[in-house]
Amino acid sequence: MADEIKTFKVTIDNITIDVPVGTTVLNAARQIGGDVAPPAMCYYSKLQGSGGKCRTCLVEVAAGSTADPRPMPKLVASCRTTVMDGMIVKNITSEKVKDARAGVVEFLLLNHPLDCPICDQAGECHLQDLGYEHGKAGTRYEFPRRTFEKEDIGPYIQLHMTRCILCYRCTYVADQLTEKRVHGILDRGEHAEISTYISKAVDNEFSGNMIDVCPVGALTDKTFRFKNRVWFTKPVDAHRNCDTPGCCGNTTLWLRGEEVYRVTARKDEWGEVKSYDGKPGWICNTCRFDKKKTSDWTIEGITKVNRHSVISQGKYDGLVMPKETIQKVMGGREPKLLMNIHDESEVNDPKIYLSEINGPAHSRNFEN
Amino acid sequence: MAKKLLLDKVHVPGIRSYEVYRKEGGYRSVEKAFRLTPAEIVEEVKLSGLRGRGGAGFPTGMKWSFLAKPEGVPRYLVCNADESEPGTFKDRYLMEFIPHLLIEGMIVSSFALGSNVSYIYIRGEYAWITDILESAIAEAKQNGWLGKNILGTGFDCELYVQRGAGAYICGEETALIESLEGKRGNPRIKPPFPAVKGLWDCPTVVNNVETLAAVVPIINEGGEAYSKIGVGKSTGTKLISACGNINKPGIYEIDMTISVEDFIFSDEYCGGIPNGKKLKACIPGGSSVPILPANLLLTTAKGEKRMMNYEGLSDGGFATGSMMGSGGFIVLDEDQCVVRNTMTLARFYHHESCGQCSPCREGTGWMERILKKIESGKGEMKDIDLLWDIQRKIEGNTICPLGDAAAWPVAAAIRHFRDEFEWHVLNPDKCLTENFGLRHYADPIHVTVTA
Repeated sequence: MADEIKTFKVTIDNITIDVPVGTTVLNAARQIGGDVAPPAMCYYSKLQGSGGKCRTCLVEVAAGSTADPRPMPKLVASCRTTVMDGMIVKNITSEKVKDARAGVVEFLLLNHPLDCPICDQAGECHLQDLGYEHGKAGTRYEFPRRTFEKEDIGPYIQLHMTRCILCYRCTYVADQLTEKRVHGILDRGEHAEISTYISKAVDNEFSGNMIDVCPVGALTDKTFRFKNRVWFTKPVDAHRNCDTPGCCGNTTLWLRGEEVYRVTARKDEWGEVKSYDGKPGWICNTCRFDKKKTSDWTIEGITKVNRHSVISQGKYDGLVMPKETIQKVMGGREPKLLMNIHDESEVNDPKIYLSEINGPAHSRNFEN
Repeated sequence: MAKKLLLDKVHVPGIRSYEVYRKEGGYRSVEKAFRLTPAEIVEEVKLSGLRGRGGAGFPTGMKWSFLAKPEGVPRYLVCNADESEPGTFKDRYLMEFIPHLLIEGMIVSSFALGSNVSYIYIRGEYAWITDILESAIAEAKQNGWLGKNILGTGFDCELYVQRGAGAYICGEETALIESLEGKRGNPRIKPPFPAVKGLWDCPTVVNNVETLAAVVPIINEGGEAYSKIGVGKSTGTKLISACGNINKPGIYEIDMTISVEDFIFSDEYCGGIPNGKKLKACIPGGSSVPILPANLLLTTAKGEKRMMNYEGLSDGGFATGSMMGSGGFIVLDEDQCVVRNTMTLARFYHHESCGQCSPCREGTGWMERILKKIESGKGEMKDIDLLWDIQRKIEGNTICPLGDAAAWPVAAAIRHFRDEFEWHVLNPDKCLTENFGLRHYADPIHVTVTA
């Protein structure tokens, strides 16, 4: 049979699955889902050539393949390593990986300003999630954090270079989505920065997607700047017939009452834009920045939020709980809880759906 | 006198010019190579046991045989002349004084690998050597050694010199390829390796200057004869660029059968330490390899004399050994401060990190700041452990070896000279005016005798 897709068997954290030849370890782990999927700050499946830079997705390869079962000497970047038949990968079951990952998180946060309280990305920031899941409580860095000269890159996008983790995703967006890239990485090492060539404005119909791919608050929406916190807004799926070629017209509107605060592309559980008919669902700047009325859109219903912890705290109807894989990783053994937080505090008792509350949540909403 | 293969003609007046070089037997290897098939040349190089002279010491013949050879796709040979490692200056000497040797080696290697266009990627700071190489290439072309249908064999080969723009990282082979393509010099993520997808996505071999020059004597004398020089897996001769506190700094060609002690103290080579000072430490292979204290430098942990070759210098692993590296031999006498020396190296790696992957981008700067703090007498005991932890988290977790190169010197300095770091912390005022000195670093090592 010529059509038969050849598959490889790969074992990640004691869970074995079959994946097509050429799949990366990271994508195989994402098929399993849950905690087994390594975090990825720079890899973006819809952007060719991305990945390999942030080193948060490092995994241990305990056996290379059935043919050559030797372990790999170093931890490998799972986003850029393709699976071999019979490969055994350790992610959360490896002490080496946990140690290295904690190190990478510390490095990424070393010069990060930690200005989450005033950052528009807060609540949907991958670095927040990463720090929460894999980082340590404090930093051991005692020197002044690096700063950059402020730069204006146009009317729509706000650049905060101090927050940047140099994932290079936005340069790939500019390379692969737009005609001509006008921004890039200047300088090297610690001083490397995202910038435009001689303060040129980033101006083209798809530049707004740079905001969506940015894992941190380095590139944020100027039209949404300081307007609201993402967890106070209500995300709904909407679409419109957009005549910009290449724009899919499918978006998420972030509402407060009838007011559209922000428009973004729709994202999947890994924080990447969803695909439509096999093509990434990028949206144009007209949809993103100019259509800020509900009358511009056909609203489909509440967005299924399933990744970002803070947004999902809003308890929307469409909340999809992340897949739980721990029991499988531990060979069927159930994890032992030290304490069930729901037993301890009524505030955390999920009886009230925040989406049903009109306006911001208040303590009296919890008084029964 | 040890046998010299690369530098035996270097003192002939006018050797830089084609006429003198040819009269002294130059370009013989090209004539001989054209009588062989490319596969036979690769076989000769394999037989010679030549190991890459750029630092990693990977067998050159093996590297060449990995080169993918798909139909209809050009292959490239790139000479890595981006010699920027602190302490290493052997390629500069070779290219400056006997440029035709490199060109000869490149013609033979290009023929062996089937590369019709080969490049020399030279360090930007070697501006004047670019001119030397370019005029040598013009001379070679005039005399029919380059261009179309060389010596009537039907083999075409063009040689181009490309200057770098002053980045150490471009000495890493994939960063070099990126830079050669006109892009930002960021190392690529491997695999794919350059042997499969290198320059312009075509199969590429990147070799060091000295490696390519060594192909000339291999072809002239035969791979087997070459493999008899030296010892074990360290065959042939190696250029060592010696510097630091020695009487006679410079370039030495050694046949890898002498001991480190002889190399430092004999009059034929470094000629000992000046001003009657004592040897304290040495970085035997360029700034990225681990530093060794005098006792471990001269004798291995087993109590044997340490030899100047790949196996000898790496005897004992990183716990008690070091590496041959690129042959940048830096000697420190008793007046040198290891903390300061380590800080200088950390500053270098901080400055040269490309900033692509997080551990190296953030970690190198952090290490430099902590070392600066300790060096200026403001350090705390916990900083030493912190340094150790940082280097541990950089090493092996980066895209390219620059992360390792930044981590190893710090690791080795703490491993062998922890006392000196602690002394800096405990004597914050004294360390600004005095040095720790030699102390016990040259004391004989206790060797456990097993029955």
